[in-house]
Amino acid sequence: MPASGSPSLTAPPLDVDAIRADFPALHQTLYDGRPLVYLDNAATSQKPQVVIDRVRDFYARENSNIHRGVHYLSQQATEAYEQARETVRRFLNARRRTEIVFTRGTTESINLVAATFGRSRLERGDEIVVSAMEHHSNIVPWQMLCQERGARLRVIPVDDRGELDEEAYRRLLTERTKLVALCHVSNTLGTINPVQRMIADAHGLGIPVLLDGAQAAPHLPVDVQALDCDFYCFSGHKVFGPTGIGILYGKEALLDAMPPWQGGGDMIETVSFERTTFNELPHKFEAGTPHIAGGIGLKAALDYVEARGRTALARHEDALLAYATERLTAIEGLHLIGTAREKTSVLSFVLDGIHPYDAGTLLDRLGIAVRTGHHCTQPLMQRFGLPGTIRASLAFYNTTDDVDALVDGLHRVRSLLA
Amino acid sequence: MSTIAEREQEIVDAFALFDDWMGRYEYLIDLGRELPPLDDAYKTDDYKIHGCQSQVWIRAEERDGRIYYEGDSDALITRGLVALLIRVLSGQPADAIIEADLKFLDRIGMQEHLSPTRKNGLASMIKQMKLYALAHGQTARS
Repeated sequence: MPASGSPSLTAPPLDVDAIRADFPALHQTLYDGRPLVYLDNAATSQKPQVVIDRVRDFYARENSNIHRGVHYLSQQATEAYEQARETVRRFLNARRRTEIVFTRGTTESINLVAATFGRSRLERGDEIVVSAMEHHSNIVPWQMLCQERGARLRVIPVDDRGELDEEAYRRLLTERTKLVALCHVSNTLGTINPVQRMIADAHGLGIPVLLDGAQAAPHLPVDVQALDCDFYCFSGHKVFGPTGIGILYGKEALLDAMPPWQGGGDMIETVSFERTTFNELPHKFEAGTPHIAGGIGLKAALDYVEARGRTALARHEDALLAYATERLTAIEGLHLIGTAREKTSVLSFVLDGIHPYDAGTLLDRLGIAVRTGHHCTQPLMQRFGLPGTIRASLAFYNTTDDVDALVDGLHRVRSLLA
Repeated sequence: MSTIAEREQEIVDAFALFDDWMGRYEYLIDLGRELPPLDDAYKTDDYKIHGCQSQVWIRAEERDGRIYYEGDSDALITRGLVALLIRVLSGQPADAIIEADLKFLDRIGMQEHLSPTRKNGLASMIKQMKLYALAHGQTARS
């Protein structure tokens, strides 16, 4: 369904059984022997065996600190870590490896931009534009910055389908706007935002744009040059990689002009008590020993996705989304929240007269892992007047059987609670 | 009036009639449905239990050295848990409430709800009920 990443019709069908065999966590039973049906991929994804093996091998053989050792292991580890950076560059189609900064995750990437770019550019009376569908991690850092600077957060409204009001967006862009911070894909609704157009609108007024790609990177091809975004953030653990590793992409000129954030080892060139000079990009933003195993594991994850074929994976997810949408909407009293025309495989919904928490608890006992609650998007829940939703989020290793299990589970939930 | 231990045993016996989790949850949900609703006047932040994904309110009052509870939730399973705690603790002496180990939750297969990582806040509810007992018990003695 994503027009931009529309999979070609000639791609071979996906061998989902073979893919599932790569993910050990999917093959377990819970409680009284119920097979796990994992539908919480927007929270985090499971890891293929190659990622688990790569991380274990790093600790078993290559473990050493990077960027400073003259010894063999250190050189091996440094080489592997920098290769991971190159893989991320390719994954995002960034121009240069120096534009890829390793962080702990999307949240840290956003905070880094807020603390450096934001602090150096924002003045009293300035504005930052976000949308009503942002995750708290793309609201709170900007809110804190605005409070500190006497600046203001402006919010793009969301319509009933879960799409952004682009006209309102264009009206919000003024000479006071210093940054637009926007999710590429909504974690709660699955909406794929028309970011290309929105970036062009902002750039028309010289306003830089940060994209929160946490929910896009696992599902869509991302090309930061084609998008022309100024910053792009995503998390390793949502793209089948380890937790604790994430990415900040930034255009070189912007990263260069930004002051460093955290001080420490690796981010310096020379240090004396009078004066410290800072290392070049991207190391300027990578103080201290990084999550080396995480970076190397992330490379294994991205290589895996690449090898399986991003187009084929996306096509399978699109088919699953269509199937799940049809089956879920046939359930009496079920209302989908988020029916945008362009969506990833996220299905948020409510059931008449049933609290999401009750439904989630019973589904869990049936072995079905979904997320319930506000999904770290409280302003969006307020927009829809809901205390929360039930969210099933599908990955390429999910099947129509998983969707059927969810539908059967929801019928049982309804018979118990309605 | 039956003691906390006696009431716990009654509940354990009732849950023992069900041989699968579905039956036990169905019973818990029924207990939730049967719990008299809390007056809306008490559904305020003052009576709200934090740490729950659903909203939970509990209030207490002291009469003749015993603590009486009322509570409510907008989720039925949580309401069932509130009903269980009220059934065991309401009308008991403050000291006994403070001392109660509530092991019956293990014995009826609801221990999974006690983990602090669960979002239903059962642990917070118990803590708040004991705090009420402590506060009212002290008022009663002074």
